[in-house]
Amino acid sequence: MAQIFHRSTNFIARFSLFSAIFLGGLALTGILALARSPYFTRQNIAREQPVQFSHKHHAGDDGIDCRYCHTSVESSATAGIPPTKTCMNCHSVLFNNAGYLEPVRESYRTDTSIPWVKVHRLGEFAYFNHSIHVSKGVGCSTCHGPVNQMPLVFQANTLLMQWCIDCHRNPEAALRPLDQVYNMDWKAPADQAKIGHDFAVQRKIRTTVELTSCSTCHR
Amino acid sequence: MKISASITGGILLAVCGLAFAGCNEELTRQDMANQPKYRPQAPSEFFPDGRSERPLIENTVARGSLVNDGLVVPKDSNVFPLPINQALLDRGEERYKIYCSPCHGLQGDGNGMIVERGMKRPPSYHIDRLRQSPNGYFYDVITNGFGSMYSYSAQIPPKDRWAIIAYVRALQLSRNAKGSELPESLRAKIAASGVESGGAIAKGEKE
Repeated sequence: MAQIFHRSTNFIARFSLFSAIFLGGLALTGILALARSPYFTRQNIAREQPVQFSHKHHAGDDGIDCRYCHTSVESSATAGIPPTKTCMNCHSVLFNNAGYLEPVRESYRTDTSIPWVKVHRLGEFAYFNHSIHVSKGVGCSTCHGPVNQMPLVFQANTLLMQWCIDCHRNPEAALRPLDQVYNMDWKAPADQAKIGHDFAVQRKIRTTVELTSCSTCHR
Repeated sequence: MKISASITGGILLAVCGLAFAGCNEELTRQDMANQPKYRPQAPSEFFPDGRSERPLIENTVARGSLVNDGLVVPKDSNVFPLPINQALLDRGEERYKIYCSPCHGLQGDGNGMIVERGMKRPPSYHIDRLRQSPNGYFYDVITNGFGSMYSYSAQIPPKDRWAIIAYVRALQLSRNAKGSELPESLRAKIAASGVESGGAIAKGEKE
């Protein structure tokens, strides 16, 4: 009986085995890359807001401290979106007939909330607390990026678990002098590894084992 | 025969319809990233004003805020209800820079950045009227506002208001301290710098 397959089909068999593995790996890589891409993490995508509020103008050009509006950042889990009254502290006088501020005035007049769009949104299975981070010396810009240069705020980091863990494994790299926490332009000095280590000891930062334990963030 | 078949079909269809009606996404697919709970300041469809955070009911006091009663000082009283120490002044300096300096300026002259942008210029702290105003007056202005300055009671808790008042007093003193009232170490420093120490020091530093 003659052979059904020619010898050359051996190559096709081997090649198909190889390409099944290769294509499978490629597909997996593609899926993982997509999950980390800005399309899913929304990194670097500026979000439209109901009012064209510019952090660049207020925090950058005017030099207003973050805490002027985000009053609860030092004392609670959330930094807090300010009430409309905080806007009116200045805008009752400044630009008080500008058209683009009408939603702010209307909100103040009618006691309704401005529906600000949340930019940094963690999954609700994650427990995050602002106050512990700022009081241990992690600066705003470490996570939020140069907000003082953002006309419309975008997420400067992925907010993926991997990104949280990177810092929890090596918190020394992010620790600043406590008077620099709200400085948007702070840059790590050359001897940050040493300074950061000293800060970690002084401020009793927990060990990496504790910081990367599941229940630290998933409670 | 034909009728019973169509009745059976109809019943089957109705059962299927009911079964699939249960497949509402919210009910069957519980996503852990979006749990049925309110996060702080999250919007709500339940309350008519759309807020999940409920305003304080009129004539009620938030739990824990009664401790501030001792910090309320009448407008015309010069009482200072807290012990004044370096920690309080440091806290006051920090809070002053956050909440007051945008208009009142870093030294209290009323020339802050927001004034440069066109806000009504507040009076300097170094005028006689404000140097002689009692502590309670400053507390009242921070709490209830004055002129085009809105109330800062939501942004600055009572203890911090007093820390700020202590710092404002320090700013006022810094331009009216007599050299002879300074501690020995500072007098030596001034003598070394060659500034006349008898009169008022022009630009005192907090030390």
